[in-house]
Amino acid sequence: MLTLDSKVPSGPIQDAWTNHKNNLRLVGPKNRPQYKVIVIGSGLAGASAAASMGAMGYNVDCFCFQDSARRAHSIAAQGGINASKNYRNDGDSTWRLFYDTQKGGDYRAREKNVYRLAELSTAIIDQAVSQGVPFAREYGGKLANRSFGGVLVERTFYCRGETGQQLLLGAYSALQEQVAAKNVRMHTRSEMLDLVVVDGRTRGVIVRNLETGKITRHAADAVVLASGGYGNVYYLSTNAKGCNVTANWRAYKRGAGFANPSFVQIHPTSIPASGDYQSKLTLMSESLRNDGRIWVPRDPDEKRKPKDIPEAERFYYLEERYPRFGNLVPRDVAARNAKEVCDKGLGVGPTGYGVYLDFAKAMEEKGAEAVKAKYANLFEMYERITDDDPVETPMRIYPAVHYTMGGLWVDYNLSTNVDGLYSVGESNFADHGANRLGASSLMQCLADGYFVLPVTIGDYLSRHDAGEITTDHDAFEKVETEVRDRINTLLKIKGDRSAQSIHRELGKLMWEHCGIARTKESLMEGLEKIPALRKEFWNNLRLPGGHQEMNQSLEHAGRVADFLEFGELMCRDALLRDESCGCHLREEYQTEEGEAKRNDKDFAHVSVFEFKGVDDEPELTKEPLSFEALPLADRNYKS
Amino acid sequence: MRIKIHVWRQSNRTDRGEMKSYDLEGLSPDMSFLEMMDQLNEKLTGNGEEPVAFDHDCREGVCGSCSMVINGEAHGPKSETTTCQLYMRHFEDGAEVFVEPWRARSFPVVRDLVVDRSAFDRIIQAGGFVSNHSGPKPEPNSIPIEPGIAETALDAASCIGCGACVAACPNGSAMLFTAAKSAHLGMLPQGQTERFDRAKDMVDKMESEGFGSCRNYAECEAQCPKGISIAFIGRLNADYLKATMIEPIDRRGKMHAQ
Ligand SMILES: Cc1cc2nc3c(=O)[nH]c(=O)nc-3n(C[C@H](O)[C@H](O)[C@H](O)COP(=O)(O)OP(=O)(O)OC[C@H]3O[C@@H](n4cnc5c(N)ncnc54)[C@H](O)[C@@H]3O)c2cc1C
Ligand code: FES
Repeated sequence: MLTLDSKVPSGPIQDAWTNHKNNLRLVGPKNRPQYKVIVIGSGLAGASAAASMGAMGYNVDCFCFQDSARRAHSIAAQGGINASKNYRNDGDSTWRLFYDTQKGGDYRAREKNVYRLAELSTAIIDQAVSQGVPFAREYGGKLANRSFGGVLVERTFYCRGETGQQLLLGAYSALQEQVAAKNVRMHTRSEMLDLVVVDGRTRGVIVRNLETGKITRHAADAVVLASGGYGNVYYLSTNAKGCNVTANWRAYKRGAGFANPSFVQIHPTSIPASGDYQSKLTLMSESLRNDGRIWVPRDPDEKRKPKDIPEAERFYYLEERYPRFGNLVPRDVAARNAKEVCDKGLGVGPTGYGVYLDFAKAMEEKGAEAVKAKYANLFEMYERITDDDPVETPMRIYPAVHYTMGGLWVDYNLSTNVDGLYSVGESNFADHGANRLGASSLMQCLADGYFVLPVTIGDYLSRHDAGEITTDHDAFEKVETEVRDRINTLLKIKGDRSAQSIHRELGKLMWEHCGIARTKESLMEGLEKIPALRKEFWNNLRLPGGHQEMNQSLEHAGRVADFLEFGELMCRDALLRDESCGCHLREEYQTEEGEAKRNDKDFAHVSVFEFKGVDDEPELTKEPLSFEALPLADRNYKS
Repeated sequence: MRIKIHVWRQSNRTDRGEMKSYDLEGLSPDMSFLEMMDQLNEKLTGNGEEPVAFDHDCREGVCGSCSMVINGEAHGPKSETTTCQLYMRHFEDGAEVFVEPWRARSFPVVRDLVVDRSAFDRIIQAGGFVSNHSGPKPEPNSIPIEPGIAETALDAASCIGCGACVAACPNGSAMLFTAAKSAHLGMLPQGQTERFDRAKDMVDKMESEGFGSCRNYAECEAQCPKGISIAFIGRLNADYLKATMIEPIDRRGKMHAQ
């Protein structure tokens, strides 16, 4: 049983963070250089954390697996970042952003964490602008905003369609400043393969240099995981190819609790796969649903071009089923319906897993030019990928795995239950509950990295002497040997199947059994199939090359091995959560309209799992959630 | 469709390397170029050979990882398109395709198509930032920025740091990369204080990393997947000239020592 002390401060929610900060212990500027902190990851969360701690004078080592810190997956975020500046005078406030986030997460997050996130949102914009992030401006030179994700205020800040890129470049340049000042050492092409824990305290990591294959030990006074999300357990997702669960999974196996692993956001509008060779999915902005009508042919054997199919033979399933909201139903409802019609054989495109998103009516009403102008870059992106012009023929879209709300359990200080191990950004479970609002992940990554962690980590460090354990300690020896053994085992299997083919199979399995809509039966089936596939992997993997060189197949195989264990935990969590909430839809629990039906009496908690062995059931501990500031209310997008 | 692909194979930094040829069949025109490379690697793995190493991550044209010279052009035949955004339909059935790594003195080949671009990080470390701490900052709307300037700064900031400009330049210059960052920050009010030092420090670093100087070939602009304009180089040159006319004083070192 895990001991989970959330360390949430008492008192009114509005003062919680300020009071908490006032009560934290600090490390003085003279002592900071003695403390070494390791940061795994250089995405928005990792780069902002490493740069901030470096600027404070801590001695930081930052690691990433790409060839430069600037290439982390955060670079790909398009839409924007929320902040409750209320520049539009439209009634926005810290409270309202808190309310939207908590409600959007279907009340499965800790409310004081969420409030803090909303409270810090405005400072993130100030920080980014001071770094030179060129946010969109209005004619008068003031910052521009747009509305995003169905909220009632305009609070999203953006840089064209490249907000993640610009925010990451801001954090990256701050990080490079600290590298130049020798406060941070950046280790690129370096993958953390294990965590060293001695007597319950985190002491360092084992890292493989991806160019030379050299394995090294790194001791530190604290370790911060900023290693991103695990959407690639589904093989196909909108995530970058390298995204993985390895850092988190190794931490889990060393005692850190894994929270809500089954909470995965599936985005309704991505470009469908065009064949079995598909390697990743590309997101199309949701804003397209404002003007596009979604339909499939009524006849499963339909062979005509979409244009030639008469109105009466088209099934506008969202408009028919949800007359009030039509094509603008929430993300999860849109996604589930698309899957359902395709499973019935009505899907379109070469794989049969796609639905039409048709702009014909909008173009008729508003003029083709107006519609084209509104979505210019999206139409161009679509055409580039599919070779189809959305003006001439409807787009094809399909849901895709997009974001993972689950992650390492952390307390209010962003510390895991293992002392000295922290988790920030998408890698932790904290602020989004069972569903994340659009444009809120960038906000959370940067709140964690710029403002929360740099303060809270001092409280832990100040209680311990610096550099107590060095890399010659037995524990480092032991963990390093385990890492080496594992690599050697992988190389020795000499079977017939590539890591890629097994990853693909796992992805299909996860999508089938722990995807958009889940049932008890399918989850139980998943729990049977995953261990079998894992066995296949360990008996039949074919891994070319050696380990003392750059070997991308080996890197991939290591990550797949972890996904093969992790997928099982996801199914288990989804099975135990006998309710629907947010993105987690158990078919057994839904309203007549197909909306998630929560069970607050039994499931208003965070599910935290403790590792007990690869083939043993993990132990579940529940962190109860309380709703004092914002009482529980049903989600209702219908009225 | 089928193609014959000739790929640069080199097992490490010191290996001499050579082109090797492979036949690929059963490709779909809707496959991306990197999915074709995936197919090649699956085939090689199946035959017990070592797959071709190449950098890639986002596969959406924004992370700047992918980096292949295809038929003699950085990122291949389609303008303003990264390697990962190329599709097989951009090639003819039966085509011969030549794939090589970036070639530049400052980008040593690490393996096959993978090169070491860490020199770019070091150019940024030389000054590609606004010196800063995390913490309370002025209200952004108290410093209005003309939207045209913000937009142009964003044009420059859109550089993905892939290194195509260097690979395309007959002189192996990194001026477009350096100019883009210098212009992005130098145009904004937040970047003014360090503007001229930044220009000088970044250019000096670029040269000491072994990149060539700019001779106005303009191949960088032609092959840049983000269409970054060489007009930014003119801007950098002007800032650099101004910087060299000021007596250089290293205030940064002193300030850190205080
Ligand atoms: C297509 C797309 C669009 C999006 N758009 C938006 C948006 O508009 N607004 C929004 O708020 N959110 C958006 N998101 C979500 C958001 O981009 C991510 O949640 C966020 O960027 C995650 O940042 P991070 O710092 O936690 O992790 P990442 O950016 O994923 O960084 C992870 C880092 O960890 C490193 N790493 C991982 N494992 C290891 C290891 N074992 N060893 C060493 N290093 C390791 C990696 O190298 C990398 O540096 C989008 C996501 C996608 C996929
Ligand atoms: S893989 Fe990211 S730009 Fe090509």
